[in-house]
Amino acid sequence: MIDQIHTARDSALVRLAAATSSDDVRAVEQEVLGKRGSLTDLKAGLGKLATIDEKKEAGRALNEATTQVADAQQLRLAEFRSAERTAQLEAERIDLTEVMQRPGRGHAHVVTQAWQRLEDVFIGLGFQVAEGPEVETDWYNFEALNMPANHPARSMHDTFYVEHGEPGSTVLRTHTSPVQIRVMQNLQPPIYMIMPGRVFRNETTDATHLAVFHQIEGLVIDRGITLADLAGTIEAFTKAFFGEGFTSRLRPSYFPFTEPSAEFDIRTPAGDWLELGGCGMVHPNVLRAGGLDPEEWSGFAFGFGIDRMAKERHAIGDVREMYSNDIRFIEQF
Amino acid sequence: MKIVHSWLNELVTVGDDVAAVADIITNLGLAVESVEHVGGSVAGVITAKVLRTERHPDAAKVHRVFVDAGDGVERHVWCGAFNMQPGDVIPLATSGTRMPDGRAIEPKPILGISSDGMLCSASELGLGSDHSGILILPVGTPLGLPYGDALGLGEEVVYDLDVLRNRPDCFGHLGVARDVAAKLGASVLGAPVLPALSQPTLSATVELIAGDRCPRFTTAVISGVTITESPDWMRRRLAAAGMRPINNVVDVSNYVMLETNQPNHAYDFATLGGGGFRVRLANDGEVLVTLDDVVRTLTADDLLICDAHDRPIGLAGIIGGQNTEISDMTSTIALESAWFEPTAIMRSVVRSGLRSEASARFERGADPLGIERGVARFVELLSMTCPDLVVHAGMVDARTEFLPGVTALAVRPARVIALLGSWFDAAAIGALITPIGFGVAGAGEELQVTVPSWRPDCTQEVDIIEEVARHYGYDRLGKTVPKSTLPGGLSGVQQRRRRLRDVLLGLGVSEAMPHPFLAADELAMAGLPGEAVRLANPLVVGDDILRTSLRPGLLKAVSFNESHRRPGVALFEIGHVYPPSTEVLPAEYEALGMVLAGADATAAVAIWRELASAMGWGARLDQGTVPAGLHTARSATLSLGKDAIGAVGEIHPDVTDAFDIAQRVAVLELNLTVLLGSEPKVPQWKATGRFPSSDLDLAFIVPDRVTAEKVEKGIRQAAGVLLVDLSLFDVYRGTALPDGTRSLAYRLRLQALDRTLTEDDVATVRGKVEAATAKMGVTLRG
Repeated sequence: MIDQIHTARDSALVRLAAATSSDDVRAVEQEVLGKRGSLTDLKAGLGKLATIDEKKEAGRALNEATTQVADAQQLRLAEFRSAERTAQLEAERIDLTEVMQRPGRGHAHVVTQAWQRLEDVFIGLGFQVAEGPEVETDWYNFEALNMPANHPARSMHDTFYVEHGEPGSTVLRTHTSPVQIRVMQNLQPPIYMIMPGRVFRNETTDATHLAVFHQIEGLVIDRGITLADLAGTIEAFTKAFFGEGFTSRLRPSYFPFTEPSAEFDIRTPAGDWLELGGCGMVHPNVLRAGGLDPEEWSGFAFGFGIDRMAKERHAIGDVREMYSNDIRFIEQF
Repeated sequence: MKIVHSWLNELVTVGDDVAAVADIITNLGLAVESVEHVGGSVAGVITAKVLRTERHPDAAKVHRVFVDAGDGVERHVWCGAFNMQPGDVIPLATSGTRMPDGRAIEPKPILGISSDGMLCSASELGLGSDHSGILILPVGTPLGLPYGDALGLGEEVVYDLDVLRNRPDCFGHLGVARDVAAKLGASVLGAPVLPALSQPTLSATVELIAGDRCPRFTTAVISGVTITESPDWMRRRLAAAGMRPINNVVDVSNYVMLETNQPNHAYDFATLGGGGFRVRLANDGEVLVTLDDVVRTLTADDLLICDAHDRPIGLAGIIGGQNTEISDMTSTIALESAWFEPTAIMRSVVRSGLRSEASARFERGADPLGIERGVARFVELLSMTCPDLVVHAGMVDARTEFLPGVTALAVRPARVIALLGSWFDAAAIGALITPIGFGVAGAGEELQVTVPSWRPDCTQEVDIIEEVARHYGYDRLGKTVPKSTLPGGLSGVQQRRRRLRDVLLGLGVSEAMPHPFLAADELAMAGLPGEAVRLANPLVVGDDILRTSLRPGLLKAVSFNESHRRPGVALFEIGHVYPPSTEVLPAEYEALGMVLAGADATAAVAIWRELASAMGWGARLDQGTVPAGLHTARSATLSLGKDAIGAVGEIHPDVTDAFDIAQRVAVLELNLTVLLGSEPKVPQWKATGRFPSSDLDLAFIVPDRVTAEKVEKGIRQAAGVLLVDLSLFDVYRGTALPDGTRSLAYRLRLQALDRTLTEDDVATVRGKVEAATAKMGVTLRG
């Protein structure tokens, strides 16, 4: 009996070792451990043995043989599964650079991207965002901003006049500053507001000038606001928007709607100064036009071009390209 | 404004460090835009003596000139001018010299004989227009040196200043000098004193008729004038400042203006009718021939200088008349120095289109009390070329009550501190602004500050505060950040606009920004009738309409891209449109326009549905009302209540034809002022069932007159709460179906929250749906 068990076991182990597929393994399993398997048959013959000791000895041998065969079978099966999965994966190989063009994402306009980045920086500095009409009355665009009729500074603005109402009463806003007045009229201070938007200048376009472009303007009105607060806010913006290595300075200038007025420049880490925009303390006449008492409230305003931020960031050689609506341009950004 | 360094340095000692001076000027608010070096010798051009000249038998237009450039070596030069004699000293441009016109001098052989440089005319050296011959330098000029040394040419450094509207005084060197002197703690050269006057032998009368327009008019008669050239230094400075030297009288007139900012005009006294002046308004249509030989027709708002016979001799403050112009024969002049009302000068300038150095100063505001200094300086400078100059007593100084007086302003130190954020007391304020001419009196809470007559921009306390800040230095005021007590952020509308844009971008639509101006016919081309607001002064003739729709701009973009081999673009714009209105302003609102080139209407509807879902918008799609300019059978109006808020569908083929577009163009247009204006409902949670769902696929034969939307609505109502999802998965039209019908196949996903559905549940739903759709004339297929 014992010899039979060992013979069946050895034959099974030899066949398992020689198996060439998982099917071969399963066939051996069937023939050795299945219903009519050789070891299964021997197990059935245990009862015919004469002595208890014989039965015990043969039973132990049988269990050992069964375990050995089953282990060998599991091992061989795992080997075949692994090889077959590997073969399957290799058969499914594709070249990941073999990609057909699909409709992709849309591209936000390069000016919108600059606009939103600016908004986000100012929001981080505690500002809210206000908007206003692009077609404006002469009063909001000029008069309320301390530029009454015949004010010489009006000639600094090449204005588009619109045929609406009395001749000369309606303009395409030449700056975003009329929104300042609307904000002051509609909100009680404290005001921490930025005003991005489209503006219009009646001047011939070239690679660096547009007749229709975008500005962002800031207005802060609160108690005790000083010129130092303006300089500090410009500095905070400069660092947040351009980077820690940048600094800013104010130098005296002139705008009718601010007094004192300043230009603000930023200094690149390389040490170059770039002129960025205009700013100043809100003129008392402008506060009054907005319905505020200059003895109670003070504030500052600043403004600069959005298009230029996009132009500089992406090194766009001709600003007119930004408005060509050429998809080959739009898709670059 | 061009400020000449040597000139400034004469008025206030600023030293030689040009960059440092430029920085000081810039930091005073007078931005130096560039620093130029003008005049001087052209490098490489040296003095040389003509040894002999020689003709060559084969060269008719040039001859050979042999010169000595001081080194004893005989050099040979070909020359096309014949005006030199042996012994003359002339400028020689040596090989390698780059001439002012950019030309490089090379040894260029003629007839095989090379030329060792070039002899130069005055014009070739940038010294005026004389190119008739080679420039002959003074006898005895040393050889081999820069020719400029012999001519007294010195290089001038010129600062080009961007002088803004509030600083009229800085249109003269004196104004800049005052500011710089204060910054340096130096003093400005004092005003010259008018020399002793002769007996009142000659005088000119003055009659001010328009006294409001000409509040001050002075005149002095000056004889002993001989017309000649100005000294080199004056010619050089004038040229550096951008004015062409003419003769000593004209040059002195200009020099005084550029120095003191006081324009003046010299009349030939012999041609001054009646020996005097009348200042009056012109008559409508009155004619004056001005110095530039132009016949000018005037209006009753123009101010005229007339002679005592009322003959016009000048357009006041702008330009003189031809009839009293200084000539070579002039020996006696009447010098006018006046102050004119600035805004009226500006009106005349705008009306006539005639802008002069004088008008630029008068319209910004000259110094009403600066006339004396100007006259004295005029006499001082003219005496240099006219040693026999006589200034006749009997000078007239006519003034009216309209002459601005001295302004005194109350300035509170507390206010200065409040706006600048640094401490300033009366003494500190005085120390900063008295050096620039302000008077400070008083102490304590309120100071009395008198404004110098050359600073008409200072009319309020805050103007003085700016002067304090400017001379203290903006950079010394520190940088602090105000403490906002408000939360920063976008408004609801702004947040929703960003979400809308993000969804569109995610759906593969890119953002365009067409121009908001249109040509008059472009609205009609886009099938959009109706009025539009016009620009009164368009930049481009024809582009004079403010858009009432984003459509024409987007169609132009589609057309452009199609013609550049990029069909199939998907573009949107979020922008303002400006329909006319009878209100104070046009009925401006924000709109969305979207075009999908090469796509049909359903693509636009699919995007609309995605947007509506993302934004929480609901709007009725009404195919019965076709929006203007869209495809009559493939478009719908989007309505909210009774109001149309948009359009969806396809562009009418007539319109695509008009824009030269060969593709179909799907379109979506929305009024964002309305749609973004209201806050959508926040989506509320619906339980997702845990029990298995069952799908029920139903195909219907639907008459063409019944919309899919209506069928879907019927299914939803009939299926009730068990219906968790409904989708159209197949549309079929074909011969297998009755005429005028199509097949729509829907998948209904049914699910209950509390149990597994039975076959009976599904059958019940099917029965209800069949009954409901049957009422619309819709039958279940097969």
